[in-house]
Amino acid sequence: MEILLLLGLPLAGSLTLAFLGARRHAPEVNAGFSLATLGAAALLVLRVLHNGPLLAWREQFYVDSFNIFLVALTAFVGFTTAVFSRPYMRAEHIHRKFSPRRLRLYHSMYQLFLGAMLMALMTNNMGLLWVSMEAATLSTVLLVSLYKTKASLEAAWKYFILCGVGIAQALFGTILLYFAAARALGHEGMSSLLWTHLYAVRTQLEPTVVALAFTFLLVGYGTKVGLAPLHNWLPDAHSEGPAPVSALLSGLLLNVALYAVIRAKTLATGSIGSMLPNRVLMAFGLVSALLGALFLWRQRDIKRLFGYSSIEHMGLIAFAFGIGGPVANFAALLHMTVHALTKSSIFFAAGHAAQTAGTQQMEDIRGLVRVSPALGWGLLLGSLAILGFPPFGVFTSEFLILTTAMRQHPWTTPLLLLALAMAFAGIFSKVQQMVFGENPAAKLTPSPALVPVYVHLAIVLMLGIYIPPALAGWYHAAAQMIG
Amino acid sequence: MLKSYLVVELLKLLAAGMLLISFALLATRRTQRLIMLFAGQGAILFLSTCLVAHDAGLTELYFSAALTLLLKVVLLPLILHGLLHRLGAQWDNERLVHVPATMLAGLVLVVLAFGLAQPISMLATTIMRHTVGIALAVILLSFLMMITRRKAVSQVIGFLAMENGLFFAATSATYGMPMVIELGIALDLLVAVFILGIFFFQIREQFDSLDLHHLETLKEE
Repeated sequence: MEILLLLGLPLAGSLTLAFLGARRHAPEVNAGFSLATLGAAALLVLRVLHNGPLLAWREQFYVDSFNIFLVALTAFVGFTTAVFSRPYMRAEHIHRKFSPRRLRLYHSMYQLFLGAMLMALMTNNMGLLWVSMEAATLSTVLLVSLYKTKASLEAAWKYFILCGVGIAQALFGTILLYFAAARALGHEGMSSLLWTHLYAVRTQLEPTVVALAFTFLLVGYGTKVGLAPLHNWLPDAHSEGPAPVSALLSGLLLNVALYAVIRAKTLATGSIGSMLPNRVLMAFGLVSALLGALFLWRQRDIKRLFGYSSIEHMGLIAFAFGIGGPVANFAALLHMTVHALTKSSIFFAAGHAAQTAGTQQMEDIRGLVRVSPALGWGLLLGSLAILGFPPFGVFTSEFLILTTAMRQHPWTTPLLLLALAMAFAGIFSKVQQMVFGENPAAKLTPSPALVPVYVHLAIVLMLGIYIPPALAGWYHAAAQMIG
Repeated sequence: MLKSYLVVELLKLLAAGMLLISFALLATRRTQRLIMLFAGQGAILFLSTCLVAHDAGLTELYFSAALTLLLKVVLLPLILHGLLHRLGAQWDNERLVHVPATMLAGLVLVVLAFGLAQPISMLATTIMRHTVGIALAVILLSFLMMITRRKAVSQVIGFLAMENGLFFAATSATYGMPMVIELGIALDLLVAVFILGIFFFQIREQFDSLDLHHLETLKEE
């Protein structure tokens, strides 16, 4: 029931907003539907807390401790982003002068994107997972090119082609998985792609085929995670789309893609019986973290800067899942949560900062604290949080990742520290100038929505000090399952 | 026994045709001919799926074949054709560089594909198990086409040809995917082509051409 609501509400929202067009209250309707989706997610959370893991609709949907917190996170960030997008898109509408039809497209696709991600998270079927990942890509392509500028068209084309190729590889991986499953389970049609069934017979799956399938799935979904060297689309799409879209891409889509990779990894380790998939994931993660941190330095565009920071953090998370074991997995799951919250709040603040200054070039954004103290401090606090300053939750997860790496793979410690230090110096110096520098810019006409920024940061702060037992329980259970 | 033997030989013939078309796609300059080749590839996919469905007695596969016929032989080529017409680009020629080098790279890819497909072919029990290598080769060749082409339409045809290869792989190795998933994939594909259609117009509006070398400004300096 809750699952039906969670999928139906965004779809209904998408249709309603498509018919509603660019009426004056379309942004509020968008936020309203997102709030209703959040409510449905809350119901689902209560249900799972009460009854434990849940299989529904002839086992087509599966909600366990690994995806329930991601569902809640997706619905939550979806709602706060809709709240943020309300004044932001109004201001953009005035400044950039795009047609009302574009705004309609934006709202309709926004809901569709949310629905596709929730579907990808909750489906138990590896095939439907693929279908909804592709739907999530398709619904965001036109969002990236919303402004129809040359640069945004280029970004969207790159995004489409690279992710399209990536997702085609993932389809081949899915076909191979089906092939392996058909041998172990027999031709049961739909049910042999069900993750729970595959997980149950994972030791009987043919190791060579599963290894091949995992490779294709990793490369395919890994493109969407933004793992280096498949990350090319990510900074472009983040910098050229509107800020709410960057927030959704970084905060949610990357997580959902990584979720798909980890589900595949769990099957692969069980079937192959060696740590090979983990090692591959570690390598991809380490390279991404280093490359992301290195490229941070050369950025001039504020949203590109944080796009590279997302690559770095996704690398860290993939690395932690690669180490494996209860502690590293716990840290990775926590990091997924806090990164999504922090990074989306940064994109909110960065979007408003760019609006205030009239440009995304960082050298022209100066003295935010004087123009709007709340905005300046929001950006600064968000940056400090993402850089892993102690009271924030990012510190907890990064600390856990580092100490586990030190114990199990000591040779990676200097590399990880190098990546963290480079990211720290790169982001801090740039943000500090934007916040405190001289030459303040003009005031923003529609007052910015900074409540979502501070709400996100408050949650990240709380997670650094106290993790609610229910959430910790989910993390532990999921960490056990991932292995 | 004889009938089954005949079916296998026919399937091999069709697979060979599929591979040939992939190479032709690599080397064809006329955009309109690319669309025809793509439709031909779809037709071969349709025929081979029908043959397998007949041989294995699977009604589900007939649906899959019908879907292929409808989408890849009729609908998508028509949409692409209409798009070209409305863009006034139906007589476009594309300047291709290094065709012999591309062909050689293609040959290497085919060898690689057969190597990769070896474990799958050995384990498969389907009638088409020997053609998994060809399916993989078609996927990789389409990939190569997307890399070497500079025109938006050609890249899209490469993308669609890759999807053909994937369906061929699915039929070869496992008698196709479950129906719901094939429907989902078909829907995604259709939406993708619609979105790309919108894209073509936007790109043309901004750059006055569908040539993608204009789209190379977003780089790290």
